[in-house]
Amino acid sequence: MVNFKLNGKKISVDVENEMPLLWVIRDELKLTGTKYACGIAACGACSLSVNGELVRSCVLPVSSVEGKEVITIEGLSNGTLSTLQKKWIEHQVPQCGFCQSGMIMAANNLLKKNPNPTENDIKSAMTNLCRCGTYPRVKKAILETASELKG
Amino acid sequence: MDNIQNESKRRFLINVGTISGSLVLGFKAPTLLASEKDEFPSELTHWILINEDNTTTVRIARSELGQGTFTGLVQLVCEELESDWDTTKPEYADVNMHIKRNRIFKSMSTGGSRGIRDSQQYIREAGAFARNLLLMAAAEKWNVNVDECYAQKSHIFHKSGKSLKYSQLLSLAKKIKFKSDFIKLKNPDEWKIIGTSPQRFDIPDKVNGKQIFASDVILPKMVFASIMSAPVFGAKVKKIDDQIIKDDKNILKIINNETFVAIVSNNWWRANNALNKIKIEWTKTDNDNVSSKSISDFLTSGLETESSPIARRDGLPEFEFSKANEIIENTYSSGFLNHATMEPQNATVIYTKNRVDVWCGTQNGESTAVAASKISGVPLEKIYVHKHHAGGGFGRRVAHQDFTEQATKIAMSMPGRPVRLQWSREEDMKQGRYRPVSKIKMKAGFDKKNNLKVWSAKQSDQSIAITVFPKWVKNGIDLINTRCFRDNPYKVSHFLNEYSMRNTHVPPGFWRAVAHTNNPFARESFIDEIANKANKDPYEFRRDILSGTKDIHLLDAVADKIDWYRKTENFHKGIAVVDSYGSYTAAAVELSVKNKKIKVKKVVVAINPGYVVNPDAVKAQIESGVIWGLSAFMHEEITINNGKVNESNFNDYPILKLSETPEIIPLIVPSGGFWGGVGEPPIGAVIPALANAIFKSTGVRVTSMPIRKLGFSYI
Repeated sequence: MVNFKLNGKKISVDVENEMPLLWVIRDELKLTGTKYACGIAACGACSLSVNGELVRSCVLPVSSVEGKEVITIEGLSNGTLSTLQKKWIEHQVPQCGFCQSGMIMAANNLLKKNPNPTENDIKSAMTNLCRCGTYPRVKKAILETASELKG
Repeated sequence: MDNIQNESKRRFLINVGTISGSLVLGFKAPTLLASEKDEFPSELTHWILINEDNTTTVRIARSELGQGTFTGLVQLVCEELESDWDTTKPEYADVNMHIKRNRIFKSMSTGGSRGIRDSQQYIREAGAFARNLLLMAAAEKWNVNVDECYAQKSHIFHKSGKSLKYSQLLSLAKKIKFKSDFIKLKNPDEWKIIGTSPQRFDIPDKVNGKQIFASDVILPKMVFASIMSAPVFGAKVKKIDDQIIKDDKNILKIINNETFVAIVSNNWWRANNALNKIKIEWTKTDNDNVSSKSISDFLTSGLETESSPIARRDGLPEFEFSKANEIIENTYSSGFLNHATMEPQNATVIYTKNRVDVWCGTQNGESTAVAASKISGVPLEKIYVHKHHAGGGFGRRVAHQDFTEQATKIAMSMPGRPVRLQWSREEDMKQGRYRPVSKIKMKAGFDKKNNLKVWSAKQSDQSIAITVFPKWVKNGIDLINTRCFRDNPYKVSHFLNEYSMRNTHVPPGFWRAVAHTNNPFARESFIDEIANKANKDPYEFRRDILSGTKDIHLLDAVADKIDWYRKTENFHKGIAVVDSYGSYTAAAVELSVKNKKIKVKKVVVAINPGYVVNPDAVKAQIESGVIWGLSAFMHEEITINNGKVNESNFNDYPILKLSETPEIIPLIVPSGGFWGGVGEPPIGAVIPALANAIFKSTGVRVTSMPIRKLGFSYI
């Protein structure tokens, strides 16, 4: 039995210790905003936050989140859209959208750690893959969110 | 293009003149019988529903893959219908209804950059037709001349100021009978919504995790399957040793279907884990020794043969080559490419003998239904496809419905149970329908003064058409793969295009821009080689030999934007022009190369698609196409060894990263007058423009992709 908090809710699951958190969330808890795309932590579509740290959940054994706080895209903004998400809409960032949950989780984490990212900071932090080529808009949305949050 | 289609329930109007700019002419057609039951009460036409709350629903037959079609098509309808944009929404046209109503929604295919350009005429006519019905209904209700009425924001207004909502007029409008062969659409200068960039309908749910892709569908009692098809294409299952999972209570089923093995579990990770644990032995095939090297030699044989069919021949190319003072030649090679959609292939199916339901991200809902029917034996009218926005398409989910077929087969072994077949990324990499391999030998002959007299392109490649659309192969010539050469825009009197089809056992498929990736690479790189030999500037040389003013205009636009003649230390420029999918494009890039490290400073792409529906969506497609081109040029290749695909995931099939993405400048230069595609055209010119700039910078002529295999990288 593994116990953790998912988007503020207490969760207990009885699964194999080595089952990746991604599949616990998707197939056991039926929360599908976090995506499977590579299974080897190469693309970032499964990115979520564990105790405030960005992780790729497709390779993270569920046992390692015992007692921890997990936030997925669904829990990012408690029903209202965050500034980051609003900028994402304003710049019409997503295309197919499949990588975007992970992309937004990564961007959110970047801005938390570094509220004033330079373009180079964004380049090194944003390693998520997008096949549609939304990168230029991702960059723009992050920079604008940073300057808006700065006031 | 057809006008409003002849639906049997179409209502026709009598006695109408000019109605707010729309002329309704002609008087012949069937009428609705009073006794006929109205099965679809909200339908004003089959494309347009007027709901009780006066909102409008527009049915969309094509698929949203992220390209924005779901929004653009609504803009086209709304423009003519004069419905209120804020209360007009899209929904997918139901595939089952489409089939039962004699394919009333026309093509559901979302490929070839055709979403807008092939539907715009009948979609806009539907909007205009519906508006006319509403105008006439209002005129009848008020007992006024229809000329005194106009439509605006989902209301019909009378000049006196009184108005009625569309929803208040629906039932009367549906009864109006009129005969019409021709509805005059608005002139482009009257457009209010076409040519603007309202936000896309699909985006809000894509930023909060609410978008349900097909791989997110949750159904009661659902089970999950992982699959492995024969790694050597064409092999069959010989033996399975599944001892290791025999006692695992979580494993619900092991399916041996000869061509694949699938494992069904209550959780996909468990199914996939079990699949990786069991041992599968496959039969031997004739292709067990095929490798990328043997395929390359096979393509070379196509270049060496004397008997290739001729796709185009202008003037006397053989004669001109025989008397040329000097001849230059070069061979350009490209490998297999995978779509690598971020959402791996998947489909969810419930099978019963009377009905099959399929949840799928597809580029053609009708093809999905046909695939499920073919496999299950359940008649097409009893197949229900639930379309979801696809997590990337790029051609993978259009002509091939292998994932739907497999999911149907698996579901048939568990009748009544929802089964989601989810491919692993590894399966997606190894069971693609790949953009085919190609070699192209380019040749040019010059006179004593280095003037170009003759040129030729001899192609040796694998045909996709022969496997899916044989009518696109004529006299051994693949009409898709020879594009870019057959229709080259250069006015040189002597030209030859020969084509050798060399099909391998590796399954080919349409891939975003298809041959408009490898063909422009060869053609436009070689045009630079010719210019270089003739001591001409590559931009000016193209200008001199291009036959069309549209191409020249675009070339000028990108040259101007990149500041072609400006010299910057260490930076060099490349240029190219390519027409495809009904549109015209040109690209210019600026980059520096040091120790094979390429710093791309800027990529400018100009497109003329005739008319532009949503400029911001077109810009997004240019950004997307540039990144697609940069990625293919540098990174991507599927290689073959022992008959199998070597690559397995994004670690060995890299795609472009954000850190490698340069500044991209999209230029939209619409001339009006035609409707061109947008999803694929921006890609073609990018690749050769990069290659040409690398040549300028290093003197090295790149003749094979991906160039990371030549030691290059982006910084």
